[in-house]
Amino acid sequence: MAVLSAFQGFLAGIGASVLGLFRSTGALFLFAVQGIIHMVLPRWYWRETLRQMLKIGYFSLPVVGLTALFTGAVLALQIYIGGSRFNAEGVVASIVAIGIVRELGPVLGGLMVAGRVSSAIAAELGTMRVTEQIDALTTLSTNPFKYLVAPRLIAGIVTLPILVAVADIIGVMGGFLVGVNRLNFSASAYISNTVNFLEAGDIMSGLYKAAVFGFIITLMGCYHGYNSGRGAQGVGNATTNAVVSASVLIFAANYILTELFFTT
Amino acid sequence: MTPKIALKDVHKSFGPKHVLRGVNLDVMPGESMVVIGGSGTGKSVTIKSVLGLIQPDKGEVWVDDIRADKARGGKRDALLDKFGMLFQGGALFDSLSVWENVAFRLRRRMNKADARDTAIAKLRRVGLGPENADLYPGELSGGMQKRVGLARAIADDPEIIFFDEPTTGLDPIMADVINDLIREVVVEMGATAMTITHDMSSVRKIADKVAMLHDGVIQWTGPVADLDTCDNPYIDQFIHGRATGPIEAVR
Repeated sequence: MAVLSAFQGFLAGIGASVLGLFRSTGALFLFAVQGIIHMVLPRWYWRETLRQMLKIGYFSLPVVGLTALFTGAVLALQIYIGGSRFNAEGVVASIVAIGIVRELGPVLGGLMVAGRVSSAIAAELGTMRVTEQIDALTTLSTNPFKYLVAPRLIAGIVTLPILVAVADIIGVMGGFLVGVNRLNFSASAYISNTVNFLEAGDIMSGLYKAAVFGFIITLMGCYHGYNSGRGAQGVGNATTNAVVSASVLIFAANYILTELFFTT
Repeated sequence: MTPKIALKDVHKSFGPKHVLRGVNLDVMPGESMVVIGGSGTGKSVTIKSVLGLIQPDKGEVWVDDIRADKARGGKRDALLDKFGMLFQGGALFDSLSVWENVAFRLRRRMNKADARDTAIAKLRRVGLGPENADLYPGELSGGMQKRVGLARAIADDPEIIFFDEPTTGLDPIMADVINDLIREVVVEMGATAMTITHDMSSVRKIADKVAMLHDGVIQWTGPVADLDTCDNPYIDQFIHGRATGPIEAVR
């Protein structure tokens, strides 16, 4: 009898977890739909949107740029080591470019911005929730989704591709610096190999990914901040959950998008 | 006369906790109603139900002749335009300056210069000079934040003003100043006011009528002048701050 009741308890635990997962997924989906509706329908708060673009895009540039620079440099070294085993050192420039533009630029850039921006948004909105500023917005006849969520989503979707485009250039530059100074490639050969083998589709697929990652990063920050629990612990949890969920979703979305671009 | 605000058999639960168990309350036009009660008795839930920040599980909330708990979209926006609210902690927007906080609602229908002028006039009305207009909330003391919150609440001359624990966290002198200001602006504007507090000096300064909320229902309501003479045991215990009585104190 005791074994049966323990087994029932075990099953009940699994059931509760599954229901909780469905509940959270449903709540996130509804939040995202509401965010998208308010993003595309007027009224728009342009001043707030521009402010968010500066915070999310412009101020993330140093961290994303440095990440791209070192990633490009490391990639050049690693590909050179691998390529030399097949006497294919000449592919360094083209593979660095393709790797950065298609994959590492958007993913690493997205992860760095997730760490910096998702947490900041969650902390800001969480504090606004705890201090009743979100309620105050409603009493001032202002829809919090329009004023808080939509500007951040627009800013994420618009600025991430720009940020990643800059990161792509800096990343390729990192590879170029190592290739020319450390691996003794000719500068003109490195540049021509980069340009000749890079296609517009490579660049565009990375930028599409960046737009999706921008949406994910800002959505996770807004969702967890908006639904933050009470007190410092509630805001702390919201911040952690925002970064973790944004990072995991970036990896998942990256696979789905890569499959999409791979098959079409 | 039709009440400005009417709550009819309003119920609200949070999980197993039944906070409101059938609140009935009428607030007449131009009246200053103060809802008293201990911490956690549902005073904030009551005013948030009127504002639509919390959806009641059961019952009706009327503002003028509009069913506030059912209002959506444009109807709800029009309804919210009638309200101003002073929050317990001020709830000022950190990223905006003092004048931008006060002019937040005005900016929808005024240009920047006019909104700023109006905001400065409202700040002056609550005793703050124009030199404070460009400061940020983080640079203000608690009392100044309350004043800015009050200026924001009255900025658009609302018909109804809510005050959530207006004197909490203030020293007695500043609390008295805020109470005086609240009374003055409410009388001057002819607004209907609803205040929630457990500060008895606020009650005596601000209220025309008092309602006592306990166990999720209004236990007593009447003019503030009857507060000391009524024989309601809840009121008696509350205004004298006794540990013994029908209100159970958690020890």
